[in-house]
Amino acid sequence: MNLFNLLEEIEKVDPDFQDRINPRRDAIKNITSFGSKVAVAAMPFALGTLFKKAYGQSASSEVITVLNFALALELLESTFYNTGAGTAGLVPTTGASASYISTIQNDENEHVTFLTSAISAAGGTPLTAASFKYVDFTAGAGSNNGPFKTVFSDYPTFLAVAETFEDTGVRAYKGQAGNLIGNQTYLTAALSIHAVEARHASAVRYLRNVLGYDTSINPWITSTTASGNDTNIGAAVDANYAGATPENTTVQGGVDITTLPSATGSTTSVATATAAFDEPLTEDEVLAILVPAFFQFNS
Amino acid sequence: MKTETELKSGEVSMARRSFLRYAGAGIAGVGVIAAASSCHKDHQVVPANSATIDVGSGDYGILNYAYALEQLEAAFYTQVVKTPYSSIPSAELTYLTEIRDHEVCHREFFKAALGAKAIVELTVDFSKIDFTSRAAVLGAAKVFEDLGVTAYDGVGYLIQTPAYLGIAGAIVSVEARHAAFIANLLGVSFADSTQIDSNGLNISNKPSVVLAAANTYLKTKVSAKSFS
Repeated sequence: MNLFNLLEEIEKVDPDFQDRINPRRDAIKNITSFGSKVAVAAMPFALGTLFKKAYGQSASSEVITVLNFALALELLESTFYNTGAGTAGLVPTTGASASYISTIQNDENEHVTFLTSAISAAGGTPLTAASFKYVDFTAGAGSNNGPFKTVFSDYPTFLAVAETFEDTGVRAYKGQAGNLIGNQTYLTAALSIHAVEARHASAVRYLRNVLGYDTSINPWITSTTASGNDTNIGAAVDANYAGATPENTTVQGGVDITTLPSATGSTTSVATATAAFDEPLTEDEVLAILVPAFFQFNS
Repeated sequence: MKTETELKSGEVSMARRSFLRYAGAGIAGVGVIAAASSCHKDHQVVPANSATIDVGSGDYGILNYAYALEQLEAAFYTQVVKTPYSSIPSAELTYLTEIRDHEVCHREFFKAALGAKAIVELTVDFSKIDFTSRAAVLGAAKVFEDLGVTAYDGVGYLIQTPAYLGIAGAIVSVEARHAAFIANLLGVSFADSTQIDSNGLNISNKPSVVLAAANTYLKTKVSAKSFS
């Protein structure tokens, strides 16, 4: 984005724009001299603040709700990887594991920072760690003794939970796209995080495969089972792959994918039809999976 | 890089003019895409009067843009599976075959969904890719997958129909899964700084930037004038 061209364009239709935001034009100077890495890519959001100053408008409450929902997920994920990486002896220091996990940890923490600054810039109040009554990665509803009780002592379990979180994160962002339709700033940002979550999901799945923890798992979700769950983690995570539009969906946009020609024949297999498309989860579906098993908000 | 003096002057001017037409306003961004830097060869093979296919406008334009990119990806993996690189491990061939199947599936989906609105079938030009080399094939695969992700993310906000936005979302995460997997096969980061910015966001690209790169692998050039 060329900020100055944009501002010139605005001035063409609103000659008073500069005076509206700041008679001495300090606002422009301010947003171009942040210098920090957050500020650079948060430029669209800083611009949002500018518009708010100029016209008394901020992002809609619906946009802020979407961003805070995303932030809740990122706070969970970042806490998960920070805890895992900080637990001595959990993540192997040799092989692909160390770099994979540190890359993902780093990205999730950046997402938290980014969304926090974006929500503030849009005039909202970002969630923080203090917004959670408890976080329980064993899925024990606060008991820390749930089905994944070895999540921070057994590496295969840690990766199984990681995989489920990443796949679910992808579905959660996808489910919010419709709420941001047509919004260049926020939809593009959400889609950009969505793609990164998908990269993480692919990497964790591949890692579980090459380490021999799940030798049939693909980097993509190949849903040939009735539940849609293609992991060997068990029925405990079926809901993560189910929903109103489950991962084993074979009809997209009214087109039955299995009836389409494939590379080798006149029809397409269910494996290909389900793997070629990822399906969304609604906010309610995501929260039903996570609350109260993994966390509870303070009321 | 070759100098333009190697070409006949007439070809140079026509080719340059054509290239500018394809690249459009996004020409400054061309350097971002490594693959686009080798565009000189294309100038020699593109007839001066070759037609450019425009994807059109509105949601059909976006769908046709996606259809064009999926055609390119499907054709690439079809060739990869048809002529696998030397000593390809069977597991890699299996994975690449699955990716081919996904991309063919995407292509056929758009073709079916667009019906009479679909653009023509594109003719590809993979003369720059050495299909016998693992590094060359996976390197090209990474370019295509990363490009696909930036393309879908870059036009998401232009989509007006919720169902089509849903489709784009359903496909882009699969492309991102492919991109990460190919990076892992290459032994490079699945979220490196060429694709992920310092805020942890995947980069996104305008159609003009994406097509400038994609057109280096297409004999039938594609434009997206209404989205530049």
